[in-house]
Amino acid sequence: MELHQKTIHEVSADLKAKKLSSVELTKAVMDHLEKVEPKVQAFITITRDEAFKQAAEADKRLATGKDITALTGVPVGIKDLLCTKGVRTTCGSRMLENFVPPYNATVVEKLYSVGAVSVGKTNMDEYAMGSSTETSFYKKTKNPWNLNCVPGGSSGGSAACVSADQAFASLGSDTGGSIRQPAALCGIVGLKPTYGRVSRYGLIAFASSLDQIGPFGKDVEDCAIMMQVISGHDSKDSTSADIPVPDYLGEMRKSVKGLKVGIPKEFFPDGLNKEVSEAVKKAIEELKKQGAEIHEVSLPASPYALAVYYVLAPSEASSNLARYDGVRYGLRVPGENIMEMYSKTRAAGFGPEVKRRIMLGTYALSSGYYDAYYLKALKVRRLIKQDYDKAFEKVDVIATPTAPNPAFRFGEKTGDPLTMYLEDIFTVSINITGLPGLSVPCGMSKTELPIGLQLIGKAFDEATLLRTAYAYEQATEWHKQKPSLKEA
Amino acid sequence: MALSEKDVQYVAKLARLEVTDQEVAKYTQQLANILEYVEQLNKLDTANVEPLTHPLDVKNVFREDKVQPSLTQQEVLSNGPEVQSGHFRVPKIM
Repeated sequence: MELHQKTIHEVSADLKAKKLSSVELTKAVMDHLEKVEPKVQAFITITRDEAFKQAAEADKRLATGKDITALTGVPVGIKDLLCTKGVRTTCGSRMLENFVPPYNATVVEKLYSVGAVSVGKTNMDEYAMGSSTETSFYKKTKNPWNLNCVPGGSSGGSAACVSADQAFASLGSDTGGSIRQPAALCGIVGLKPTYGRVSRYGLIAFASSLDQIGPFGKDVEDCAIMMQVISGHDSKDSTSADIPVPDYLGEMRKSVKGLKVGIPKEFFPDGLNKEVSEAVKKAIEELKKQGAEIHEVSLPASPYALAVYYVLAPSEASSNLARYDGVRYGLRVPGENIMEMYSKTRAAGFGPEVKRRIMLGTYALSSGYYDAYYLKALKVRRLIKQDYDKAFEKVDVIATPTAPNPAFRFGEKTGDPLTMYLEDIFTVSINITGLPGLSVPCGMSKTELPIGLQLIGKAFDEATLLRTAYAYEQATEWHKQKPSLKEA
Repeated sequence: MALSEKDVQYVAKLARLEVTDQEVAKYTQQLANILEYVEQLNKLDTANVEPLTHPLDVKNVFREDKVQPSLTQQEVLSNGPEVQSGHFRVPKIM
């Protein structure tokens, strides 16, 4: 196996033992990254020079033997909506084509503080609005398993780069499924932490009551390593939770014997893709084999989650994106007066999906419609949360499919916005309720596209998700398969 | 609640988005479809349900009123599309 194909937990032992330097490792990854990038197109900005500087610093640190973690000297990718000091951060939008943040997001600061190396900023749907990364202003990221298919979205670049071994791990963000769905479609592990577990300071906001930053890893253990570093309270984010962070790697290795796994029938509707449904059911059987107890649970309001989401997320977005006015940063298109400048700037800076959602949100919040749409959605949001609260009185974790189908082809769902929105049907309720969710590979379609198992946990119980996923993963080989990087 | 082209023009104005006639026609159709999908929420009785604005119990967070390091004026202005004498410059407002 070549160096770039390994996992963090495999290379970190060699780094610590000084059998391998971070510069060597970074060179191996960067060479591979640049070689396959014309096919995958996972990055908006590749930071080759900065990466080697960081690697050299990491090697100094490794030489002292002090303050070393599993991530010290390890190359990772960062979604292009996390602010990186001195490195352009575009959010996939023309609006921020020349935006160079004067500060680092807290999660970036945390990665740097343990000596991780950033290889670049990954492609994404514009302002994280999309499920295929096709709304990016910059490029279309390809699914490494089939270059004619989408990688999922919105964190498509972060998922594809890990799947294609262009980075050992990456950071993404998840507002309605944007970590879990691309993880499923690219055959890797992705974790959306509980709302408040990871600081959002320096994350370019989409929908502030739903957004959460989380990791992608080649396997569960790498995901746990990333979680350990990025979790925890931050005084710069007033919604960040002051709750102790457990030892994820230790918790992960515990057995699932006696663990209560809930299966909600609402997530296995008639007409669900057969291959997806069978793969997920087989995964549940494996957990049962290892001593987990399987219980049926009911989440009757969850089929309404997507409708709730497509009121709440655009509403919050319309408010958050009001800041792009051409005054302090970002694009400016001149106008005769200030109103014209605003309207022309926003018309030129935002793409069609972002405009659509701003208008939808503005409408839902406007006088005369607020009660009918926004307030109604908030009430149903409570019903959905109550369902989960009730289910979690009975079970420790809930298992469902991550996405309704394996990866689809470019252009297949761009004609009608609602068709694309349905891609999030199994993931959005977790953002609405703030709960943690993880996707782990659990199968392969006949067309050789990966399928993901979604595990949903109690608030702040990411440890149980990692434990369940690890137990399953150790009994299977899905995470060891490598994509073809071919068109099919 | 049928959505008209006039509604879309009004919303675009509120959102400070310049839109062409073709865009208005396209968005009217697309937004109407999405709103029709959203209407399914009316099937649920929520008369006695309190709205849930936030997944966690959020409370106001205070910090001590002490000066902390912040960005320099130069850093703050560094991304400004038009900057003059330490200020962001905008077209005439009044």
